[in-house]
Amino acid sequence: MKVLVPVKRVIDYNVKVRVKADGSGVDLANVKMSMNPFDEIAVEEAIRLKEADKADEVVVVSIGVKQAQETLRTALAMGADRAILVVAANDVHQDIEPLAVAKILKAIVDEEQPGLVLAGKQAIDNDMNATGQMLSALLGWSQGTFASELDIDGDKAVVTREVDGGLQTIKVNLPAVVTVDLRLNEPRYASLPNIMKAKKKPLDEKTAAGYGVDSSPRLEVVKTTEPATRAAGIIVGSVDELVSKLKEAGAV
Amino acid sequence: MAVLLLAEINNGELALDATAKAVTAARALGDVTVLAAGASAAAAGEAAAKIDGVAKVLVAEDASLGHRMAEPTAALIVSLVGDYSHIVAPATTDAKNVMPRVAALLDVMVISDASGVVDADTFERPIYAGNAVQTVKSLDATKVITFRTSTFDAAGEGGSAAVETIGAADNPGLSEWVEDKVAASDRPELTSAGVVVSGGRGVGSEEDFALIEKLADKLGAAVGASRAAVDSGYAPNDWQVGQTGKVVAPELYVAVGISGAIQHLAGMKDSKIIVAINKDEEAPIFQVADFGLVADLFEAVPALTDAL
Ligand SMILES: Cc1cc2nc3c(=O)[nH]c(=O)nc-3n(C[C@H](O)[C@H](O)[C@H](O)COP(=O)(O)OP(=O)(O)OC[C@H]3O[C@@H](n4cnc5c(N)ncnc54)[C@H](O)[C@@H]3O)c2cc1C
Ligand SMILES: Nc1ncnc2c1ncn2[C@@H]1O[C@H](COP(=O)(O)O)[C@@H](O)[C@H]1O
Repeated sequence: MKVLVPVKRVIDYNVKVRVKADGSGVDLANVKMSMNPFDEIAVEEAIRLKEADKADEVVVVSIGVKQAQETLRTALAMGADRAILVVAANDVHQDIEPLAVAKILKAIVDEEQPGLVLAGKQAIDNDMNATGQMLSALLGWSQGTFASELDIDGDKAVVTREVDGGLQTIKVNLPAVVTVDLRLNEPRYASLPNIMKAKKKPLDEKTAAGYGVDSSPRLEVVKTTEPATRAAGIIVGSVDELVSKLKEAGAV
Repeated sequence: MAVLLLAEINNGELALDATAKAVTAARALGDVTVLAAGASAAAAGEAAAKIDGVAKVLVAEDASLGHRMAEPTAALIVSLVGDYSHIVAPATTDAKNVMPRVAALLDVMVISDASGVVDADTFERPIYAGNAVQTVKSLDATKVITFRTSTFDAAGEGGSAAVETIGAADNPGLSEWVEDKVAASDRPELTSAGVVVSGGRGVGSEEDFALIEKLADKLGAAVGASRAAVDSGYAPNDWQVGQTGKVVAPELYVAVGISGAIQHLAGMKDSKIIVAINKDEEAPIFQVADFGLVADLFEAVPALTDAL
């Protein structure tokens, strides 16, 4: 079985985001970019499936600016076999929406015929939590979202999902789209020799137009603003003072 | 304009708070029809009919709709779409599973976790873990939206909408439910609680999380946790508050042994009053706290529980 893993290049999760003063977006110039943390988990899971002989090839795909190459090289260094870069934007500030990403991924799935797509549950930049579900819909496949456990069992996958009430286990027909949650695994670091090896692994470059997908946005961004800030608080000296302050504020 | 709102239903019972908050958001867009779908959904439909501002309720009962499996639920919603300009739901994990699927089947974008309604086409939503707020205008004919419940007040009761029974759509039969692991609790539900007490890695163990729970019980609060506390096995996954967990905005939020990473703040910084207890005076949580106490939690939390 071939496993396809879409990986997104996003602002590193440690970076403090700055909103541009003119309201046109957040500042991504000269900011550290990394692989979306959920996608690292997805890549790790795909590699583990291969190590367990449940998958024979791991193909990673990224859609966006040319610099997403670096993200793909990271995935290759972790252990993915092959990468596909779909250039769909020139400006790092241009985000490709989940619907367009899903359409491009569908075209790649049609070509590659994977038995499983392992995506992240959410990109930490747009916080959409949508692409996997959308791809599954376009393919007419089953979906197992927010996975904290995954087991391949013949032509089915058993997926334990993190849901509001706790955990839910479902069994989905393969091929399927599974989106991964934080507790599925702990991704490995790429070793130096593997980083060197990754430079020689195949990385195909394509374009959104080449797949016949119109990636223009359906959601026009009117403006981007800072969230409301909180008024400064105080440090209390003791538990008793805390209790009296809470009583004064009517909170207890 | 007409809005179809997917009610949040757990085991046949309406999740009133989440559904009523989405009704508040949806009313600004047009007449609200609530869809109560499930293996058993009639009682939930009756309960939804009493929410103020609901014009009509559709009840769809079918085994395939039990446990809110994404494929049959999305198929049902798509079969109803002709009549509606907006398809909406509270931003629960159930809805986040189903609504993007609905949107893709309709060839429209989904607007996830909307926190504000500007007009019928324009919505606000937090991005980058709430570090920015984006205003987006949808160019799609049908808008598919999930509403972040923490920013809308629940609609009241007193309505008496007509209830109509409808059939399910064909089940594509792509997946089956196996089991739910849901811990029963007498505590208030995290996203609707007036008070939340959360513990982080500083609590140090599952056993010591009892300190957090005792304080919570004294305050009649729900219990939350940071990702680090959940990852370490001190607390179950459904207690996680944050960018990728639950978003809460109670009257009072008490963060104990939590450093205040942006991903955690994303889930609680709209709380009315924030209390932080942390032994590190430099911890970023103090920057959002109304009342900060620099102390060892193993002394401060029992003392606070006693003093209340
Ligand atoms: C993709 C992604 C998504 C994430 N989503 C979430 C999310 O939804 N929610 C979330 O919470 N995090 C999330 N995180 C993790 C987040 O970045 C932090 O790692 C996490 O919030 C840290 O948890 P913590 O504050 O409990 O632990 P730490 O940062 O380790 O802080 C522990 C705190 O306890 C204090 N402490 C220790 N001992 C004591 C004591 N005896 N008395 C008093 N104080 C003490 C310490 O001073 C310290 O400040 C996410 C991260 C990523 C990458
Ligand atoms: N531009 C992209 N390129 C590759 N994968 C993507 C892209 N956008 C989203 N994805 C995948 O879809 C997941 C969910 O993203 P989102 O729906 O945007 O929150 C991510 O974790 C990735 O696995």
